[in-house]
Parts: sequence; structure tokens; C-alpha cells
Amino acid sequence: MARMDFEVVVLAGGTSRKLNPLVSQEVPKALLPVANRAVLSYVLELLEASNLKDLIVVVEGEDAALRIGGWISGAYVDRLHVEVAAVPEGVGTAGALRAVASYLTANDVLIVSGDLVTDVPPGAVAATHRRHSAVVTALLCPAPVSGPSDTGTSGGKEKAKKPVRCNIVGLDPTRQYLLHMATGAEVEKDIRVQKSILRAVGQIEIRADLMDAHMYAFKRSVLQDILDQKDKFHSIRQDILPYLIRTQLNSEVSDNGGIKSESGMDNMSSQNDLRWLSQHRAIAPSAFQEPHAFSLKLLPDARRTHKCCAYIAGESKYCARLNSIQAYSDINRDVVGEASHLSGYSFSAQNNIIHPSAELGTKTTVGPQCMLAEGSKLGDKCSVKRSVIGRHCRIGSNVKIVNSTVMNHVTIEDGCSIQGSVVCSNVQLQERVVLKDCQVGAGYVVTTGSEHKSESLARK
Amino acid sequence: MAQKRGQRGASSSADDPEVVARVPLQAVLLADSFNLKFRPITLERPKVLLPLVNVPMIEYTLAWLDSVGVEEVFVFCCAHSQQVKQYLNQSEWTKPAARLSVTTIESHDAISAGDALRVIYEKSVIRGDFVLISGDTVSNMSLAQALHEHKERRKKDPLAIMTMVIKHSKPSNVTHQTRLGTDEVIMAFDPETKELLFYDDKADPSQRIISLDKILLADSPAFYMHNDKQDCYIDICSPEVLSLFMDNFDYQHLRRHFVKGLLVDDIMGYKIFTHEIHSSYAARIDNFRSYDTVSKDIMQSWTYPLVPNVRYFGCCSNMKLDRQGVFKALDVVQSRSAQIGAVTLIGSGSTIGDHSVISNSVIGQECNIGRNVSVHGCYIWNNVIIEDDCKLNHAIVCDGVHLRTGVVLEPGVILSFKVEVGQQITIPAYSKVSLLPQPSIQDSDEELEYADANSGVIESPSITSIISTRNAELNSDYSVTENSGLSEVGISGVGYIWCSYEGGNDEEWRHSVAPIPASKLAELSHDYYEDPDVSYQEVNSTPVSGELRPDSEITGDDDADGTDYGDSADFDKEVEATFQRALTGVNQENVILEINSLRLSCNKSHADCAGALFLSVIKLGLEAPHSSNGELYQNTAKEINRWKDILKHYLKSVDEEIEIILKFEEICLEIATEFSPLFSTILSSLYEKDILSEDAILSWASEKEGADESDKIFVKQSERFITWLKEASEEDDEDD
Repeated sequence: MARMDFEVVVLAGGTSRKLNPLVSQEVPKALLPVANRAVLSYVLELLEASNLKDLIVVVEGEDAALRIGGWISGAYVDRLHVEVAAVPEGVGTAGALRAVASYLTANDVLIVSGDLVTDVPPGAVAATHRRHSAVVTALLCPAPVSGPSDTGTSGGKEKAKKPVRCNIVGLDPTRQYLLHMATGAEVEKDIRVQKSILRAVGQIEIRADLMDAHMYAFKRSVLQDILDQKDKFHSIRQDILPYLIRTQLNSEVSDNGGIKSESGMDNMSSQNDLRWLSQHRAIAPSAFQEPHAFSLKLLPDARRTHKCCAYIAGESKYCARLNSIQAYSDINRDVVGEASHLSGYSFSAQNNIIHPSAELGTKTTVGPQCMLAEGSKLGDKCSVKRSVIGRHCRIGSNVKIVNSTVMNHVTIEDGCSIQGSVVCSNVQLQERVVLKDCQVGAGYVVTTGSEHKSESLARK
Repeated sequence: MAQKRGQRGASSSADDPEVVARVPLQAVLLADSFNLKFRPITLERPKVLLPLVNVPMIEYTLAWLDSVGVEEVFVFCCAHSQQVKQYLNQSEWTKPAARLSVTTIESHDAISAGDALRVIYEKSVIRGDFVLISGDTVSNMSLAQALHEHKERRKKDPLAIMTMVIKHSKPSNVTHQTRLGTDEVIMAFDPETKELLFYDDKADPSQRIISLDKILLADSPAFYMHNDKQDCYIDICSPEVLSLFMDNFDYQHLRRHFVKGLLVDDIMGYKIFTHEIHSSYAARIDNFRSYDTVSKDIMQSWTYPLVPNVRYFGCCSNMKLDRQGVFKALDVVQSRSAQIGAVTLIGSGSTIGDHSVISNSVIGQECNIGRNVSVHGCYIWNNVIIEDDCKLNHAIVCDGVHLRTGVVLEPGVILSFKVEVGQQITIPAYSKVSLLPQPSIQDSDEELEYADANSGVIESPSITSIISTRNAELNSDYSVTENSGLSEVGISGVGYIWCSYEGGNDEEWRHSVAPIPASKLAELSHDYYEDPDVSYQEVNSTPVSGELRPDSEITGDDDADGTDYGDSADFDKEVEATFQRALTGVNQENVILEINSLRLSCNKSHADCAGALFLSVIKLGLEAPHSSNGELYQNTAKEINRWKDILKHYLKSVDEEIEIILKFEEICLEIATEFSPLFSTILSSLYEKDILSEDAILSWASEKEGADESDKIFVKQSERFITWLKEASEEDDEDD
């Protein structure tokens, strides 16, 4: 999309601690399979669909970078032009950007988190950004409802299903401008709204049901300045974005030389916009209010402003981030379930995907919203419900798999029962193993007859 | 069928109690604003009877109540109650033909709206939902929908006890006040239910952050925050409101105490809802600026049908509306050469002389305006005489005022009843002139509005004074100067110039009828543009983001820490004060208790207490008369001996003992240098009295080993003592 003059940076992260034991040296977070595709592929294909083909992928850790680079060049060799950059671990999202900032040249930069699974077109965010000539535009989506979505066995217990509090967001009445944002620990605290912003707009809508989806469009020059000047900024979400939001009426970012000329016009227009927002719907104008308006015009426009915008995804759009084990299960379930258009597979009449090469024993049933990848074999009298099973798995007889994700090359012997669990690649479950709400790390062997509940099993 | 009928029967019987219990819609009208904003005028006449476009304010309120179907009004009068009663008795409202039944309730000790409502509760006249309004409200809104909403809500949720009427009105960005001159109100409410969640009408201007309790988001995923809503002070209340005022006898102000109390303290889960009006009008005359704004609105017919040329009020119905919003009574005598500009009203029987120019003003009845007079933006009440060549600019001129030739009123002047101003006199801006002297004791509590004017009798001025021109004594109290020979023109005037309330002078422009001066605006907008810098720095300095800490999960309670360090000296003082009480004979154990509670409230450790106590003890020693170091040592040793029990109470471990030694060092270096030569002697006596242990002294010494030379003076001074200690302990070891 050269016309739009957007550069894209995908922040693919490294091996997230939160996702242990699912991730490992061999499988960094970006390569975790979601419905048998690496999670990063969802972002890459989304960008490809928006015709954004020149990408920079930033990975934490040299090893992970090599693996991800290898995977991308294999999978997207003719389709995308990707440069993979490695940054040290723990530099944060701002640090990752700092490492590549000097290579950016376009007017605007689109920054996408590599763990995003969504069908919101990045083009829409980019267009909003351009339309308002904003400094930053963030994608906001309805906060995910955690836990099994429908009448699962544990559904009854989770009656109090509440959207997770991810952010507290303040929006103007038109819901285009971002006026307040609380993230992280602040979400649980009292809401602290800047009076000057409320005064400028008159009305702020405070919402707790929106999530910052980690897809941002930034004005490149501003982003580079902030990264340069604020060398303590560590994270986009917790530092850069809140900083831009709280200084929007008193911008510091466009102060220095080079940008001034180009952003002078923007400042004017943005100020007018906020003023326009705040305009008094004069129901009863009296002759005596004139001096107010008049004086405002008299004043030199001493204050610079910049605009922070939001693009709010519709309710019908799917948007989730793979940033916890719960989210991993949820996304796997959704991608073969309610958000099946994301998976890229075509579903059978039974609303499931069974690869032609998969083998099913007698009296074995695979329910709707399931996936069975190539080369996997199931024995007799097995039952699979709302689960994803990877490639070349060997599954014995009388095995029950419900609400679970089984990765590749997993051996499950007879009589096992797996519920609400994630089983990583090359795991061996011996006979009559019972797992409930467990995570089993790659290569682990669960011994005969053992039962586990809400445990995380991994090789030492 | 039978069943159906039964059902119908049941439902109708269910309705029945309502029908029986249907009470006429009632209203409580507060004919007292319980503030001082209309002084000095309100010293002589109650605010509700002041003319607003030539009609007493209470007429507007009563007319509105009548129009929205209120059947019974209880007028609560307090200040000047006789005048209010007298007025009502003569008015149309108390005639038998009136639809509205008006009852006055009188009380002389009420000093706030809260007191008024308590009086009304005690009369037990309110039987159902009622409209609570103050007698200075002008509105033309239809109440039906708000009332319906209120009743529906009440059916579903008996805790919904009040519906507040609000209206869009954006406060100025520069002055932060609305067009009515009131402060901005910050409200938050639920977008769906319109439940009021937050209300703040006295926002601290220095506070740049509005902090809302996170509980607001506990139940609903979203709410709206507004500063562009104006509170119309029209409330639909349920009878519970009155009993709440009874239960909480400290509630005075309707908003500041009642509404905030309900929202913040969450009393019995009671809820307040809002009803926003869009196209209709509602405003309360809170101050002179709103008086001005509402007057203009009335003349521009925003309050239709409550406008001068509609036969709504018995009087002034003979108004004729000309072009440009000029209302003129039919019998006005106007010179051909006089010009009457836009948005002006001239009451009946007034005469206007040659070449006079009048614009944006209201002239009352029977006024006599001479030649070459210019009147701009003024409110001239009845029977005013303005002689030739006067210039009036944005002033309020009350009944019976007499301005002699050439008087100039600068913007914002208030001339109260019957004031006379002599020839060629200029009354400076924002002056208030009254025949009554300014009450000498200005009670800062604004709730006490008419407290000292309750008599309701107009006193005739005891001193007649002459206002001298340009006298610079404006700022001195009672700037009453006998103008005997000062003024060569020999004119006379009657009245006192009130000086501004203390500190109120700066704020005078805010609530005046005069427009805000351009210079003031420029100054304010300068602030407005400059301020945010500070605010952002403040914001930046508090680690709301992870700017200073990589993972901002630990954002924090820095406030608490900050006070800790800042208060350390204060804490010492507090402890000392407590300790001083111990000297005067308070039981030692009580002292310990008090110090403990101090410690908890200041969030201090035992070590801090020990240090502070030690300081106090040492100071005692210092205070006793002494001539030599030896005497000082004797005194101090005595005091230490006397108080060692308390000291020991706080010396639970070696750490606290070290703290004492460090404190002692600090004392010797900074607070009382007299002690520095005595350091080692006192140290050893502390050791002898078992206050300090050997371990503490030794570890202090070893801690200091690595310190700078300057820090080590006392260690060196005590070197001998320390070596002795070391040897002693070694000997002990050997003994073992």
C-alpha cells in the first residue's frame, strides 16, 4: 500500500513467561499454533489482505528471531517482503520500536502486536488516522469475555461471566477522540480524569468495556521524537500512549524543528476541531456572551494540540490477543467456532474440519467446532468435542477430548480423558490419564493412570 | 371469562389504592436563597420580590408551578417573611379564583435550605412526590415527562428518591463559569438510566485531576462525565428526601451536603436521577450575572410564555413589542430625540428626556430620565429619578434612587433602595451603595444569609452621609465621609459605600452584571494557556505511567511516602508536645498511649518515636539553667534518669538503640551544639543506665567506621569508651 505511505512494524515478542509451559525455546510465542497455524500468520495475512506487504517484524531474542525468520521466509516467500529484526529480551515494546525507529521513513507507522487475532481491517485504522491527521490512533475492541463461551461442562459454574477489565477509556461524544486511558494497575484504581480535557470537550464517556487491541497508527516523526527524548519509556501501551493522550491539549511533541513546519497546519486544524467539539450549543444566546467568544479569537494560539484518535471495532468483529493461557484456549475455541472465518479453512457440513488424511476408528465421533489435522489417527469409541487436534497425533480408543487443544505429534493412549486442557507437541499421555484444566509442556510424559487437575506439567 | 374478570378486578383494585392515595402535586418553594449574593439589596427586600424585568421573581416561579399542574405550593419564608406574606396576600395567587393554593410557612431560625426542609417535614404537609424549587427560578419546561419518569422509576425502584433537572450549558474555558455566573459543575451519570453518580459544584481550581471512585465502574461498563451541564435547581423529590434531612441534621446545602452526601456516603442505597431538558428554559438567578443573563433571556423570549408582552402576569401586560426587541409600555413619554436601542424594556409611566440613549436595559415604572442621559446594560427599577447628563453603564439601580446631574456609574455598580448621589459624582466600578451600613461582622459562612436582617423592617438610616467623589477611602471600613466642604459643587447624596468583603474584591467581576472586563479575560486566558504546563509536569512527576519504572505494576502510594519524609520534623514536634504534657503530671502510661497513637497516625516506626522522645528529653536537660558543661551534664543525666522508663519502652531492639545514637549525633551537630563536647560522657551514662546496650554502641561504631572523617568526630570522641566496651566484652567472652 505504497499509496497510503504506511510502514508496518509487527511486534512479535519473544517467549512470554505468561504462556509457560506452552512456549519454549523451540516454540516462541509468535509460532504457537492456533487452529494449527502459527498465531503470527493471522496478523501477517490480515496485513496482506489490506495490501500492506512491506513489514518489519521485531522479535525479542536472537534464537526466536532466527526461528521466526525461518518460518516466515518459508511460508510467505513470494507473498510478503518481511525484514526480521532481533532485539534483546526485556526491552519492552518501546525498546523494540527504538531499535527499528531509525529505519522508518514513511509519514505514518502502523504498529501491530504479533499476538493479535482479529478481522478488523488495519486499513480502517489507518484511514481513521489519516482522516483526523492524528498523532496516534488506537484500535479499541470490545473486551473479551473470558471462559468457555457456551454450554460447556463448566459453563454452569461461570455464571458471573464478566468482560475482563483491560482498560478504562475516555472518549469524546463522537467517539472518535481518545481522551483518557488507564492501563495495567491503574485500571483497578480510582479514575483520574484531567480537568483541562473535560473542560475542552464538555463531556467524556468513560468506558471499561473496551480493550486496547495493540494496533496503533502513529505519526512517524512524533513517534521517533518520543522514542528519542523519553528514553525511559518502556512500553507503548503504558508509556507512549498515555503520554500522548494526557498532553494532547498541550503538545510537546511537535516542538522541535523539523516537524514544526509540516505539522503547523495540523495544529491549527486540530485546535479548531477540539474547539468545535466544545462549542456551546447556544440555546439561549445572550448579547452578553460575545466578549467571551471574542476574546478567544483575540488570543494568540499559544497552545499546541495534537489529536489522539480511536477506531472502535464493531461488535460483530472478532478481536483477541493471545497473551495468556486462558486467551490461548479461548482463541483456539473461537477460531474453529464463532470466528471460524478467521481460520481460513472450509468447514464440513457438521461444522468441523477433518483433514482427509485423518483416520477415525469405529463409533468415534468428532463434534461440531472441532478440528482434526492431517495424519492424525483416532481409535474406536472416541469422542471429540470443541477441540483442536494437530498433525500426526496418535490417539487410542475410548479417549474423550473436550474443550481442549492438542498440538502436533501427540500420543494419547487408551482411556484418557482430557478436558479444558492444552497439550503441547510430542507429549505422551499414557493409558487412563485424566487431565482437567491442565497445560502439558512439549515432550512431557504423563504416566499411566495419573490424574491432574488445574496443573501445569512441564519438563524440568 | 370469570378468570379474566377476576384479573381485571384484581388489577383495578391494585390501582385503587393509588387512586385513593393520589395526592395533588405539591411543591415546596424556598423564598430565601440562604446566601448573601444579592446584598445589599436583600437587606431591605427579600430576593424573591426583586423585580426581574419589572416582575417580582417569585411570580415567575409561581406561574411556572401553576402551568405545570402543581396544585399546592408551600412557600417557605425566612428572611423578610412579612414582606413575602404581604406580597402573596395581595397577589392573584391567594385570590379564591386561583388554581394554585399557596400556603406560607414561616420560620425565623432557619439558616439553610436544610433547616427549611426540616421545618417543612415537621409540619407534615407533604404527602407524596413534590417539586422542590427556589423562588428565584425562571422556567418554561414541561414537567410532565420528568414527573412521569420519576414515578415510573419509583415504582421499579423505591430507592430512586430524587430527579434533578439539568440543562446543557458549557462553562467558559477561560473563566470556568457558566453564562449564569455559576461555577462549573462536574457531573457523572449513567448513560442508560441517567442515574447521577458524581456531583461536584465546588471543584478545587488548583486540582487538575478529577478523581472518581472506581466503584462507579463496578456495576456499569460505562458512564458519562460532564462539565457542560447546568443544574437548574428544580428537583422532583419523594417524601424520603425530607426525612433524610431530618436524619442528617447536619445537611445544610441542597447540593453540597444532600446530593454529595447521598452519592458519596451511599446512604441506604438511595439514588438520584437526572432529567435533561433540551429546548425549554430553566435557570435560577443565583447572582447578579445570572440576573443579567436571565433578564436578557426573558426579553428575547426564550422563556415564552413568561415574557413581558404576554398577559401572563396581571401587571405590565400593556407592553408593546417593537422591532429589535424593544418593549415599551403604552404610556411611556419619550422625547423624539431620545434613542432606544435593542433589547430594552421601558415600564409604564416612565419619561425619557431629549437626546438620551438607552440600550440593553430594563427601565421600571414611573422612572424619570432626564436629558443627555446614556443608559447601557442597566437595570433601573421603579420610581428612579435620573437627572440630566448621567452616564450609566451596567448597573443595577433600585427603587427610589435619585441620581443628580452628571453622575457616572461605572460597570457593576449596585445602588440599593433610595440612595441619592450628588452632582458630578462618579461611582467606581463594582461599588455597592446602600442606605444601610454594612454589617460590621462579615460572617464568612455564606449559609447565614439574612441572619442579621431577619427583622424584615427597613431601618431608616441613622447617619446621613454624603458620598464624596473619588474619595480614596473605598477600601477602609465604613467609608462614610461627611462631605461638608469637600465638594465645591455643593451637592448632597445619601448612602454608604460598602466595601468589598475581605478578599472578595478580586472575584467581584465574576458575579457582576457587568461583562467581564477584557483585561481580566486576557489575564485569565493567559493563565489558561500557561497553566497546563504545570499540570502536565505534575502529572508527569507522579508515576502514573511506567516512565520511571519499567513495569508500572508498582505505581504507587508515593503520597504516603512523601508525607513520611516531609512530616518527620512535625512528628518530632508532636511528640515533644505530648511529652511536655507528661511533665505537667500526666501519667507516663498515658503518654506512651498518646505517642503510640501519634505513631500510628503518622505511620512511624518505634525507632522514630525513640528518636523523637530522646530529643525531647535532651531538650529538657538543655532548658534547665546551667552555667557549665558539667552542670549541663548533670541536668541531662537527671532527666535521662527520670524518663528512662518511657525511653526503654521504645527501645525494643538494637536497631532502635542505634537510632537513638544517630539522633544524638544529629542533636549535637545541628540542634543543640552545646552537647557535642559531652557526647561520650552522656553516651556512657546511657550505657550505665541500661538504656543503650553494648551491642548497639559497638555496631554503631562499626557502622561509622566506613564513614567520612567529618561523620566520625563522635566515634573518635567516644573511642576510649568504645575500646573499654570492646575489652569488657572480650573479657566476658574469656570468662565464658
